[in-house]
Amino acid sequence: METLALLRVSASSSPAPGIRLMPTVTKLVDTSTCIGCKACEVACQEWNDLPPETTVQMGTYQTLPDLTENFWNLIKFREHDEGDRLHWLMRKDQCMHCTEPGCLIACPAPGAIVQYTNGIVDFQQDQCIGCGYCMTGCPFNVPKFSQKTRRVYKCTMCVDRVSVGLQPACVKACPTSCLQFGTKEAMLEVAHKRVDQLKENGFAQAAVYDPPGVGGTNVVTVLAFGDRPELYGLPRNPTIPLAVRLWKGPIKAIGNLAILGGFVAAAVHFVRFGRKRDDADKE
Amino acid sequence: MNNIQRYGFAERLVHAVAGLSYVYLLLTGLAFWTPALYWMAVVLGGGYLSRVLHPWAGLVFTGAVVWMYGVWRRDMRITPEDRAWRKAIGRYIRNAAGVPPAGRFNYGQKMLFWLMAWGGVALLVSGLVMWFVASVPWELRILRYGATLVHAVAALATIGGFIVHVYMGVAVVPGGLHAVIHGEVSEQWARHHHPLWLAEQRAFSGKATASVGGAPGENNRRGDPGP
Repeated sequence: METLALLRVSASSSPAPGIRLMPTVTKLVDTSTCIGCKACEVACQEWNDLPPETTVQMGTYQTLPDLTENFWNLIKFREHDEGDRLHWLMRKDQCMHCTEPGCLIACPAPGAIVQYTNGIVDFQQDQCIGCGYCMTGCPFNVPKFSQKTRRVYKCTMCVDRVSVGLQPACVKACPTSCLQFGTKEAMLEVAHKRVDQLKENGFAQAAVYDPPGVGGTNVVTVLAFGDRPELYGLPRNPTIPLAVRLWKGPIKAIGNLAILGGFVAAAVHFVRFGRKRDDADKE
Repeated sequence: MNNIQRYGFAERLVHAVAGLSYVYLLLTGLAFWTPALYWMAVVLGGGYLSRVLHPWAGLVFTGAVVWMYGVWRRDMRITPEDRAWRKAIGRYIRNAAGVPPAGRFNYGQKMLFWLMAWGGVALLVSGLVMWFVASVPWELRILRYGATLVHAVAALATIGGFIVHVYMGVAVVPGGLHAVIHGEVSEQWARHHHPLWLAEQRAFSGKATASVGGAPGENNRRGDPGP
């Protein structure tokens, strides 16, 4: 991607330079047709040429307990008993590419996190200073800190592929088409169609997960149990944490004014009252 | 003119360590605080290096604060004289006459000391969480949020104290900067700014000379006549 496509740049007090209009791209994850094959995990590792992670036996089909700096796409596996049936809930854990990205808002390093006009949120590790503020700002626990490079990593939505007209590697590898890629409108249409099907099939609570608290996400998920996203390990109403909004909003504004006020007060005091004199009361 | 020692070597050294580490923390911290000041991290060797060194400088500052607490905590206790001084703080600010006499440190200095001590504790605890944020489990993420807020608010409070302190010491009180670097003040300065301390010094150095016979300059540097 290029400068012309930059919609937002972290820690930048000037407007982002992007003028190029692009359709918002979205990855659709239909959890109800995921078979847990993990081709997406392998494709992600391969395309991004990431170092191998040693798998962890968790007593389930899950590869690792959590995302790591070398593992940006993890199928989270949960068993759920409901009625007389056991449901395997498989959810694709990865960066959600929020429209209002908490990571970007929290980031203090100019240009370390960018958002493109097509909605992709990307980390620029060469600008990253490794403070971990993005880990505090993200409501989905996605950015992962590398002890080796002391910088932070996550899914790029294969921005290098998308920018030349290809779909992300995970989508390319998905054998059931539970992963699809396209404009946000198109993906939402597919998602809602699928939700209607699920409702006909007895999943009355099926829903599309596109949380409005972060302005919507560019990874939308179809959940059969859409009334309980926690079953999948998804937060019910994700927002940028209140602490981060206060810190980057009113506290920052008041703090800056207070610091400036301190300098002004000192200058005014000096002009008005000046130095103390101790030579007036000689012995 | 008679000069008397106001700060011993250890006091001046620890003040310098605290001051220099604080200034580094202030500049790098402000760089992380707002993009408008990020250039200060660049000047100090880049954002990445500033991020690496900031917590270590914080540990140096913590050490200095603990050391200052050990050296000065008795001098920093709030006394009845301080309450009288506090009531007249408006006169002190206006450089007017009629400010009640102060001891070794006046009430304002004591407030700065306690602000920096308690602010230092808050900055240390919250700073440790931010330093090892990747090790704070997601279930305990409230610690990340709390630490971020506490660190910002505590830093702002100490910055307020720091601005007043440096302005007073450098611009308002003649000889203040000289005293904290070289350790000595004139008797006239002491009588004007810290008369109760001067009186203690005289009583103590008289006693010390009588009973120990040592050099008054070294023995009276604590400014404390003992229990």
